[in-house]
Amino acid sequence: MKIRTNALAGIALAATAALGLAACGSGSSTPAASSAAAGGSNAGEITVYNAQHESLTKEWIDAFTAETGVKVTLRQGSDTEMSNQIIQEGAASPADVFLTENSPAMAQVENAGLFADVDTATIDQVPAEYRPSTGKWTGIAARSTVLVYDKAKLSEDQLPKSMLDLAKPEWKGKWAASPSGADFQAIVSALLELKGEAAAEEWLKGMKENFKAYKGNSTAMKAVNAGEVDAALIYHYYYYGDQAKTGENSKNVTPYYFKNQDPGAFVSVSGGGVLKSSKNAAAAQSFLKFITGKKGQEVLQKGNSFEYAIASDVPANDKLVPLTELQAPTVDPAKLNSEKVTELMTKAGLL
Amino acid sequence: MPIDLAAPETSGSTTTAGRGKRPRPPFGVSAVSVIAVLIALFSLIPLGYVIVMTAATGWDTAVGLIFRERVGELLLNTLLLMAITVPLCVALGVGGAWLVERTTLRGHKWWAVLLAAPLAIPAFVNSYAWVSAIPSLGGLWSGVLIATLSYFPLVYIPAAATLSRLDPAIEQSAASLGLGAWRTFFRVVLPQLRIAMTGGALLVSLHLLAEYGAFAMIRFDTFTTAIMVQYQSTFNGTAGNMLASVLVFFCLILLLAEVRSRGTARYARVGSGAQARALRLPLHAYQAPSQLFLMCLTALAFGLPLVFVLRWIFAGGTQIWVADEFLPALLQTMGYGLAGALATTVVAFPMAYLAVRHPGWFSKALELSNYVTSSMPGIVVGLAFVTVSIRVAPGFYQTTALLIAAYVLLFLPRALVNIRAGLAQAPKELDEAAQALGKPPLVSFIRVTLRLTAPAAAGGAALVFLAIVNELTATLLLSPNGTRTLATEFWSKSSEIDYAGAAPYALLMILISAPMTYLLFQQSKKVAGQ
Repeated sequence: MKIRTNALAGIALAATAALGLAACGSGSSTPAASSAAAGGSNAGEITVYNAQHESLTKEWIDAFTAETGVKVTLRQGSDTEMSNQIIQEGAASPADVFLTENSPAMAQVENAGLFADVDTATIDQVPAEYRPSTGKWTGIAARSTVLVYDKAKLSEDQLPKSMLDLAKPEWKGKWAASPSGADFQAIVSALLELKGEAAAEEWLKGMKENFKAYKGNSTAMKAVNAGEVDAALIYHYYYYGDQAKTGENSKNVTPYYFKNQDPGAFVSVSGGGVLKSSKNAAAAQSFLKFITGKKGQEVLQKGNSFEYAIASDVPANDKLVPLTELQAPTVDPAKLNSEKVTELMTKAGLL
Repeated sequence: MPIDLAAPETSGSTTTAGRGKRPRPPFGVSAVSVIAVLIALFSLIPLGYVIVMTAATGWDTAVGLIFRERVGELLLNTLLLMAITVPLCVALGVGGAWLVERTTLRGHKWWAVLLAAPLAIPAFVNSYAWVSAIPSLGGLWSGVLIATLSYFPLVYIPAAATLSRLDPAIEQSAASLGLGAWRTFFRVVLPQLRIAMTGGALLVSLHLLAEYGAFAMIRFDTFTTAIMVQYQSTFNGTAGNMLASVLVFFCLILLLAEVRSRGTARYARVGSGAQARALRLPLHAYQAPSQLFLMCLTALAFGLPLVFVLRWIFAGGTQIWVADEFLPALLQTMGYGLAGALATTVVAFPMAYLAVRHPGWFSKALELSNYVTSSMPGIVVGLAFVTVSIRVAPGFYQTTALLIAAYVLLFLPRALVNIRAGLAQAPKELDEAAQALGKPPLVSFIRVTLRLTAPAAAGGAALVFLAIVNELTATLLLSPNGTRTLATEFWSKSSEIDYAGAAPYALLMILISAPMTYLLFQQSKKVAGQ
């Protein structure tokens, strides 16, 4: 009987511990009702649905919390996962702020009528070309499309003149992308906006024939570096980020910008917005103002994210090719359509 | 998914309760029945969700989304993966169990534990280690490699447990009638392992259908990885739901196939008397090759992942140990694991009680409903709970309670099977004797039956804990805002190819899984020795 008694005692102990921990867990994770009582004048709590890179948003949050005392809880996900989630949650959404990597998901939430107007003080910090004219959300950073390639395998004259060339038969099996990512889907949405549905569909069909799928831009770049594939269509900062660290995943890789207003020269605007349903709108607005303000943009300029600063006259990180030299096509970020893109990509067998 | 590790024992042991007259069930039993029915109804939510979603989509759209080229690709990938991996797992599991239990293998006690050890390594950690070793890994054969190395212990453990208690008298009779060692094995031993093999094969198959992280890392697309991609693109789109309905269909087919192949034959010993100790077959010249084979197997399945996790740990240095990141993840994981294990054990009890003490069509139906749900991958249960809770019970949306409820549904059979075996070993007569001596039913139940069942329940709880620590998809979908578990942190770091940053989480997962794996291994032997 001795052993069994011990086992029972063990279970009882485990049970107590479990209840204790579960209580802690739920205590810290449920939205605090007493947020207003937390202290200082501007203090409180907000929840950010974050599709931006977690490390970048964490830098923003740490600086913001240090300055204002507002506690920020993160939920991490991907652009369209979170935009659709917010739409389904509707007025009951626990989210106060929504941050994305690209703009199509922002446009989707805007179209569902769930965003509050962005404070004019924030809008004033962001140049008009990096935010929608409606003022329902704002650009917070930007990223450029780039083709990274292996110089040992492709000479410069073999590089495609346009992103559209990658659908041609001579590129079969030669290039990589991460179709499940919001980044790639934003490029497709720009293509859709610039060239129309038929052209986009045609290109996706050719892509399905030609490309190799990887999960994540960094993984696609790593594959080019390792010689598994000749080139990868990704965003610029994966390259610069890796170069700044060890260069381990990019030492054999060279970035190539399409320029010439090509769909492949698309510069994607990352968005931020405050939900209408926010229970702490003041703190949510001040967070948005902070990240588009000087300090927030300097995180982009000086930090390790290598995304482009776009607001408050903060220049881009000096390791990057300046935004003005990229000859990006003009696309209204509010017009990018994520639902249509996932539909087309599903139809093409990419999702 | 049902863990049927102790299944061989339970099949023959529930018969005693069915004998004799059937008195009207007392109030306690009715209450237990009501609770069990409620649990069963609750557990049917995910299946209901899949059916409703498919119906709501409309026939034409559903057909268009299901019968398309991409689904064909996924189907081919998934079926090939299963067709190759399952037989490999059965061969390795049974072969290993036989070497360890029935031959004069040197150090067989050590090997017995070592062959169960890969269970402590989550498949996605295994995948991460292999990708670190061979960065170009991808596609079907890499999937087969990683899945086989991760899942063969699911066959090995029940096979070893069954072999250790098989009556050697039958084999001796076969030998005395002139059968050689090999033919005895194939004609006498192997048929008796049928339940262990089909149960193990079912488990491996369900794991293959449900696995996400391991296959995503090596770029091998199955239904589950494709659903996850759809989820990340649309949160809750119809295309993802249709893929889920195909996946659920497969799970149900597998479940039915296993029930059929299990058959009705009786494998238990009849009559009293002590069972003889099994004779160990001398290996002679095969000793060295057997040792080499087991060494290679454990090196690949257990050694390699461990070496690469440690390599990344040393490569990353001290800076990867960010205490305010890994400590909350560790505590959160332990909390979910313990709370989930406890809740699952509590919920499993009424079901097990009815199955053992009041067997019949009613308890069978209840049990089956749970098996159906737990055969569904975490991603489907997660999708169902997200949708249902947003619409019907917004108060539970993104709460710990909802996540724990999902864990309970996913892992209930793991606890159920163990508790049932334990209850079957606790004679009803002892309970009755206690009552005859003046104890109220509840007191006698707690002091006699519950106490006798405790070790088996602990085994079940260990299994559930292990499963929760390694769970990724349901946790990603359902966890409350701000939650970090070891698995989700590991996943977010390793997807950004921050392999060094991911290493501490991998190591912690292995470290907290190891004692549970050992407990589970011991428990399976004990149950088999009844």
